[in-house]
Amino acid sequence: MVSKQRGVKKTTTILFVVTILMFGFGYAMVPLYDAFCQITGLNGKTQRVTEGAGEASPLIDREVRILFDSNVNGDLPWRLKPSLKSLKVQPGKFYDATYTVTNMADVPVVGQAIPSVSPQIASLYFKKSECFCFVNQVLEPGETKDMLVRFEVDQDLPKDVGALTLSYTFFRAKGDNS
Amino acid sequence: MSTVAHEHDHHHAPTGLKRWIFSTNHKDIGTLYLIFSLMMFFIGGAMAMIIRAELFQPGLQFVDPQFYNSMVTVHALIMIFGAVMPAGVGLANWMIPLMIGAPDMALPRMNNMSFWILPFGFALLISTLFMNGGGPAGGWTMYPPLVLQLGDAFPFLIFTVHILGVSSIMGAINIIATVFNMRAPGMTLMKMPLFVWTWVITAFLLIASLPVLAGAVTMLLTDKYFGTSFFNAAGGGDPVLFQHIFWFFGHPEVYILALPAFGIVSTIIPTFARKPLFGYASMVYATASIAILSFFVWAHHMFTVGMPIKGELFFMYATMLIAVPTGVKVFNWMATMWKGAMTFEAPMLFSIAFVILFTIGGFSGLMLGITPVDFQYHDTYFVVAHFHYVLLTGAVFSLMAAAYYWLPKWTGYMYDEKLAKIHFWLSTIAANVLFFPQHFLGLAGMPRRIPDYNIVFADFNMISSIGGFAYGISQLLFVYIVIKCALGGKKAKAQAWEGAKGLEWTVPSPAPFHTFETPPKLTKSMLEN
Repeated sequence: MVSKQRGVKKTTTILFVVTILMFGFGYAMVPLYDAFCQITGLNGKTQRVTEGAGEASPLIDREVRILFDSNVNGDLPWRLKPSLKSLKVQPGKFYDATYTVTNMADVPVVGQAIPSVSPQIASLYFKKSECFCFVNQVLEPGETKDMLVRFEVDQDLPKDVGALTLSYTFFRAKGDNS
Repeated sequence: MSTVAHEHDHHHAPTGLKRWIFSTNHKDIGTLYLIFSLMMFFIGGAMAMIIRAELFQPGLQFVDPQFYNSMVTVHALIMIFGAVMPAGVGLANWMIPLMIGAPDMALPRMNNMSFWILPFGFALLISTLFMNGGGPAGGWTMYPPLVLQLGDAFPFLIFTVHILGVSSIMGAINIIATVFNMRAPGMTLMKMPLFVWTWVITAFLLIASLPVLAGAVTMLLTDKYFGTSFFNAAGGGDPVLFQHIFWFFGHPEVYILALPAFGIVSTIIPTFARKPLFGYASMVYATASIAILSFFVWAHHMFTVGMPIKGELFFMYATMLIAVPTGVKVFNWMATMWKGAMTFEAPMLFSIAFVILFTIGGFSGLMLGITPVDFQYHDTYFVVAHFHYVLLTGAVFSLMAAAYYWLPKWTGYMYDEKLAKIHFWLSTIAANVLFFPQHFLGLAGMPRRIPDYNIVFADFNMISSIGGFAYGISQLLFVYIVIKCALGGKKAKAQAWEGAKGLEWTVPSPAPFHTFETPPKLTKSMLEN
């Protein structure tokens, strides 16, 4: 009987530890998922670069079409519009694009833009040196603002991608309670 | 076994309410679990009746859409966590010590606690229906951001999930500790009854998957109240991440509901076919491989979420792979019946219906597992038909079979066979009238979780609702049969069924309060599988 009880104690202890480890594993899935997304471009998040940091390679003769898209989350009383519908770019060169945003509310509101590139694989080759999505945007009541994004498409962009969509969704920033 | 019969005289069992509240006896706790799950089955069933009444005709008849959606959500939570899982744990509590020749569960006090926190969990959940903003209505999967819009009910939902998780994990630890340490001498692992095997594997699934769910809902909680951004896009999180974490739990959960059913059917079919189970070892290995594979297929629940093609293919093939061990099981059950001297008492009828109808559910599952067609079937009534075939005509039918099979051992009386057969035929016909048309509705594009529908779906919905009401009413017959059996009837022998094998049939019926206080001596024939 005594050895039986010792066995029960040991099994129970091991299983409790496993339970706690699996609870931790649930949390470990968060960084794992981020890493996975970064490698595969799974959630369409774009890349960030510093302009002129790398050595410039000679430009290749290729044209890629960028389509601009915008959304506003239901929570946010804003209006967002890209200035251009689309733009033809040469991979390896930096371009500017602007989005126009208006605050429709009569109070100041803080928003945060989240980018997404489709097809997903292209998001790994879409690099931005400047973007309004890098920081929170504060808009006074009724204010309208033009916001800049400066980007290049990497020359290594897979050959079968002839066009890609850059989409921004504005959310109410975390902690904004207006 | 002569020592067993008078052993309950040594030690007086507490009486009255105290007997149940402070019980550490595996049989009493098993009974509590079973009665509780039956009550939850009827509460969840009443919600299903509201759903089917609303869907009887197109348009909005009885309830407003918000309440309809909370019915859908709470029905699922109650049936999964309140009816099927506790019924399985109740059977495990009652039967595992008897089957392996142990005097009780390894951790009797924890056993008491794991049961008694359940009623509190469900009181929390059901109370949300009366709260500001209504009960949870975003589906039992609790996807953000929708679930975060829930009103006052939100923290109650999260704590309910926590409580149910804690209860199930404690139950699982108890089962593994019992089986690993308390077996009668001579009962090696590969001599254990298959029901015990399936429950051990289920318990491992519970321990590995439920903490992950607990983590996921805790993240929801901190996202809503403590400013974290796990699933908040504005803060750099990703709502899709929740789906990955949830289904990492969710798919093993499917097998948590199904594996004990496999164990029950593997016990009952040999009894009434009067042949040993065909391919015992392959059954054990098939169960284990299903359990392991279940951790690598979760994303087939979310094919339409936007995944790289390689990911979709991986999860599609892994899903297909599960059909192999499941097929092994189905063929083993058929081979067990092959040329057997079969009789068709109620437990056997339910078991045979299980094999046939679960297989139908399995096949529709294969269809859903094919990525390209899933894009059409996703979130339609085809999915609803699929999981009700595996859960209702699968898991619930096996639980009914188990109840009829072991009722003589629990109560000491034989149940009314004639009524039980009527219950079987009513249930089987009604369940098929209820769910088969939903396949067609789904293929024609009727979405799930919506209280209204296009009039082109009207006929099949009406048929389905009629089947639903018939199924609901015929379950009252089951309650009547159980109560009648508990109160009296034909005395059951220790070995209530002619062909039954296993230690539980060596103790008298009803099983005395204490059994196997001295480990039984196992004869060779008892260890035959």
